[in-house]
Amino acid sequence: MSTLPQDTELPRATGPAGLAPPPDGPLLEATDLAVSFSLGSSLIARMRHEAHVLHAVDGVDITIPRGEALALVGESGSGKSTLARALAGLQRTDRGKIRLDGKVLPTRRSRADQRKIQMVFQDPYSSLNPRLTVGGMLHELLRVHHVVPGNEVQSYTRELLGLVGLGEEAVSAYPRQFSGGQRQRVAIARALALRPELLVADEPVSALDVSVQATILNLLQDLRAELGLTLLLISHNLAVVRHLCDRIAVMYLGRIIEVAPTETLFASPQHPYTQGLLAAIPRMTFTAEGDVPAVKGDPPSPLRIPAGCRFRTRCPIAQPICEQQDPALTASAGDPAHSAACHFAFGPVPAAREPQAAGAGAGVPANAANPANAANPANAANPANAANPANASDEGMRP
Amino acid sequence: MSQPLLQVDDLHVQIAGRRGIVRAVDGVSLEVPTGEAVGLVGESGSGKSMTLRAILGVLPPEARVTAGRVLLDGADLAHLGNSQLNKIRGPKIAMIFQEPMSALNPVMRVGSQIAEGPQVHLGMNRRQAAERAIELMRRVGIPDPERRYRSFPHEFSGGMRQRVMIAIALSCEPELILCDEPTTALDVTIQDQILRLLTRLCRESGTSLVFVTHDLPVVAQVCDQLAVMYAGRIVERGSVQEVLTQPCHPYTLGLVRSAPDVDHPRSSLEAIPGAPPSLVSPPAGCRFHPRCKFAEEDCTVTEPPLRLIDAGHSTACLHFERCLDEVRTEGADR
Repeated sequence: MSTLPQDTELPRATGPAGLAPPPDGPLLEATDLAVSFSLGSSLIARMRHEAHVLHAVDGVDITIPRGEALALVGESGSGKSTLARALAGLQRTDRGKIRLDGKVLPTRRSRADQRKIQMVFQDPYSSLNPRLTVGGMLHELLRVHHVVPGNEVQSYTRELLGLVGLGEEAVSAYPRQFSGGQRQRVAIARALALRPELLVADEPVSALDVSVQATILNLLQDLRAELGLTLLLISHNLAVVRHLCDRIAVMYLGRIIEVAPTETLFASPQHPYTQGLLAAIPRMTFTAEGDVPAVKGDPPSPLRIPAGCRFRTRCPIAQPICEQQDPALTASAGDPAHSAACHFAFGPVPAAREPQAAGAGAGVPANAANPANAANPANAANPANAANPANASDEGMRP
Repeated sequence: MSQPLLQVDDLHVQIAGRRGIVRAVDGVSLEVPTGEAVGLVGESGSGKSMTLRAILGVLPPEARVTAGRVLLDGADLAHLGNSQLNKIRGPKIAMIFQEPMSALNPVMRVGSQIAEGPQVHLGMNRRQAAERAIELMRRVGIPDPERRYRSFPHEFSGGMRQRVMIAIALSCEPELILCDEPTTALDVTIQDQILRLLTRLCRESGTSLVFVTHDLPVVAQVCDQLAVMYAGRIVERGSVQEVLTQPCHPYTLGLVRSAPDVDHPRSSLEAIPGAPPSLVSPPAGCRFHPRCKFAEEDCTVTEPPLRLIDAGHSTACLHFERCLDEVRTEGADR
């Protein structure tokens, strides 16, 4: 068996040489993406006055430039995993377009298109076939997708395992013989085997112990540096996200409500939900003085999404306008890289029930703030009234 | 300090496994003073949950306490029968589990589940117990308690279910609450709500807490004292701030360094090499030595005892000064 020079063997993040990608366009661009699930009997749903369609992802625009690591954060049920699965082609979409390298991906993707977006799943105990050896798993993949010529499969497999820090003996081992961290390495090797352009990692470390998490996070970081990999990381752990990602998109009830470069988001979060989310992170130094939680209440059921702004039932600064108008994701006038879907983002903020986390007050005055200012005097005394009735009915209820 | 509320003395828990006897807890000693919160951290398999379960006598059937004492108000819980333990569970010690859905009775209304304890232990009649349950539901922040009293657990969200668990734990005014990763299954914002609620209620009623988790920042928010477990033993103990800022055991140092800190992002995380040892045949000497970067000859021979190195701070490391040196040099670099 011949050993080829290293650079032909390593999986490359760039596409095959023949298909030159447009130089400056984003690697992936999704517009108005929506995914819904229909649930149970519509009769029962009607009796409960509920929609029997769950809108998991409800009109999302997302752009990932080549080589970037984008994080998708949000509570469980916010639709972040569904969005990731839709981008990877594992989930049928209701509407919306996904462009990869400027080319619209059809609903049924060709094998070549499937290769370009690969996923790493949360639980390495259930995402690997227990009856295949690691070598068998990778060989099958390489054969089906014709990644390398048949006589190079063996050496390419070893190369891949070396890339994720596993030795040659891993080839003939079964998943059960590995620890959780090693399994996740196998899963990453499997995803990289097809030389994807985008790696989608859905909570890749949350099933692992703390000391093992670090090895996987370091591996992902090294792979990015080494292969120029574009990464979409889904996580609820903001410390992990800050460590690994260039940009963060925050999701709430099926929508992206704020996008910004990582450090901008941590320095001046604009959406009240983002502010609460950042304030709720447990810190290594004691901060939890006082009894006021960062965000009150439970997220509403995705079957009963509030009219207007989706966050208004829990929002400390909700105003009448929030009930009437659904705020669109709008870029800041001062910083086009920073967008937020709040009527009061990047501008003066109405009186809050509780003082909010730092950063909300500063910024360029934006047009969105104006209509609410007119309504302010009437409500400033107790804006809680506006939000409360809805709050009581949503809190804690699950159908 | 006066007599601690709970004193665990050289506790051993063994599990009969297929490959031999697993020493899940191997000589753990722990004191919980009245009104304080003690955190117990470690990786999965370190024995932290087993220690907690042994305290309350709710070990899985294949595990048993082979040695040691669990003293609560002078009584040794480790040698009490089930009927006597039942008198203690509730009015003296309560427990909050990680997954409230599997800890709550799915076919019983939540109000009745909260009212059950006061009826059995406090001698209340149904009406009194129901009133108490409603008051407790209000205290833990369940909206509209009169109506939600009649709901079933599946009608609640995860955070609300954990509030129900807290209400049940508080229902008989225990002196000690044991928490087994109570917020691990919850979202960050809900975790924040529950942690604040729990610390406030315990402060108000002077209840002690033993809090098991693998999440160091959570411990920093909730606990006064911290004990770090590794391979069935406590390797470091002290006040939370001191242990987290000046770790004196390489394993603690490893834990602190391997988790990304949201306020101080590092360029690269320092993972602990290797994997936790088998608890059937743990390594000789210090159990951490095969993974320890400071390990010397003597570490492979001598099993280091937990010894006091500073007021209220003990470590089971023969070369703890090296940890301190490393922490100091890093502090100087920053």
